[in-house]
Amino acid sequence: MKILVAVKRVIDYNVKVRVKADNTDVDLTNVKMAINPFCEIAVEEAVRLKEKGVATEIVAVSIGPKECQEQIRTALALGADRGIQIQTDGAPLGSLSVAKLLKAVVDEEKPDLVLLGKQAIDSDNGQTGQMLAALTGMGQGTYASEVNVDNGKVNVTREVDGGLQTLSLSLPAVVTTDLRLNEPRYASLPNIMKAKRKPLDVKTPEDLGVTVSSTVETLKVEPPAERQAGIKVASVDELVEKLKNEAKVI
Amino acid sequence: MTILVVADHDNVTLGAGTLNTVSAAAAIGGDIHLLVAGANCGAVAEQAANVAGVVKVLLADNAAFEHRLAENVSLLVAELGKNYSHVLSSTSTDARNMMPRVAALLDVDQVSDIIKVESADTFARPIYAGNAIATVKSSAAVKVITVRGTGFDPAAAEGGSAAVEAISADNNAGVSSFVSEELAQSDRPELAAAEIIVSGGRGMGNGENFELLYKVADKLGAAVGASRAAVDAGYVPNDMQVGQTGKIVAPNLYVAVGISGAIQHLAGMKDSKVIVAINKDEEAPIFQVADYGLVADLFEAVPELEGKL
Repeated sequence: MKILVAVKRVIDYNVKVRVKADNTDVDLTNVKMAINPFCEIAVEEAVRLKEKGVATEIVAVSIGPKECQEQIRTALALGADRGIQIQTDGAPLGSLSVAKLLKAVVDEEKPDLVLLGKQAIDSDNGQTGQMLAALTGMGQGTYASEVNVDNGKVNVTREVDGGLQTLSLSLPAVVTTDLRLNEPRYASLPNIMKAKRKPLDVKTPEDLGVTVSSTVETLKVEPPAERQAGIKVASVDELVEKLKNEAKVI
Repeated sequence: MTILVVADHDNVTLGAGTLNTVSAAAAIGGDIHLLVAGANCGAVAEQAANVAGVVKVLLADNAAFEHRLAENVSLLVAELGKNYSHVLSSTSTDARNMMPRVAALLDVDQVSDIIKVESADTFARPIYAGNAIATVKSSAAVKVITVRGTGFDPAAAEGGSAAVEAISADNNAGVSSFVSEELAQSDRPELAAAEIIVSGGRGMGNGENFELLYKVADKLGAAVGASRAAVDAGYVPNDMQVGQTGKIVAPNLYVAVGISGAIQHLAGMKDSKVIVAINKDEEAPIFQVADYGLVADLFEAVPELEGKL
């Protein structure tokens, strides 16, 4: 079976985000960028399915300016077979436009399984996988902590509010990854070198017949209210006293 | 302007987050309808009808909705949603799973996780793990929105007298089915609704040591949470995780024990009213957001704390 994995280029999760002085956006100038952690887990899961003999081909797709080819190369170094970059410039696209572009790729590639991260750590929307599933009419297994493909179905164990839930989905299906699905490997140097020679196609939204637009406009971006650091207490007694008499929360 | 709120429930009880969502709907303004889609969920509709501010409850009681499968419920919500100005839900996993499907079916962008209503079309929402707050304006014909409970006080669960209208719907996409679930059983309050939360991190060392926190929690009537590190290490189950990608909480008192305070964890709890940190590393970032910090070995401090409550 064929797996399509979507990866997003985002700020590295260790970097402290700062808002631009003019409050139009966060400042990403000269900031370290990386593959979104949940997308990396999606790539790893695809590679494991290939190693198990379940998958035969893994296609990694990313949407954005030319720089996002770096994240596609990361996916190729981890074990994806080929890449597709959908070239877009300017402001990042909303989830619905991304889902429409991915649907167009799904229509061309006809994967049996589409793996995505459950959310990107920049916009924190958590929408794309579900939107893609709706547009393609596929079933979805979001927040996956276990994925088993068997006999034309995929069983997905999901991290839900009260614990875990397992669903059975007909293939093709969309699965979005949660943190505990797997621990992504590090790409080896030979694999990083090999990834440079793997095929990477570049397409545009026009090539795919998709018009990107958005019904949501960002008016401003501000830093959150800073929390003042409080005091250090010297003992448990002092802590209990403060909580009772000063904060009055117990 | 009429707003449809999709209720959280387990076919028996109305979810707490729905009350906060109703408050967000009230802040937008207009009539509020609550949709209860489930199976044998009449009891939930009765509770929904009592929520202050709700004028109508739509009850879609059908086997297709028993497990709130997103594929099925989203078809119903999108069909109903066309006739509303806004469709709102909480940020429960059920809602987060289902709502983007509704938005895609309606061909509109979704606004996730709002913490403030500026006007009927303008909302504030955290991005970058809460390190920035974006104010966004939606021009969508139907505004599909998920509401972060910590941004809104819950509506009163009693005092309303909405009419319950049964609707016949059996939307079944036929692409997914429920297999099983393992839900944690606990007598302690739910994280999302708790007034006090005691959370443990990697510093707890193992799952057995969480017993120390359970004892404190039981004296305080508190819920118990955990950092991602503690969940990843297998000390406690995933549903206890507080953070950017786990549960977002804002109790009156949050006690962080053996938690260093990674930004991803802070994103889930820094709106708590009072934060206490107990950690032996006085350089731990958690102290930068704590109202009261105690630099101490948790294995001595926590039992002492329990004894003095």
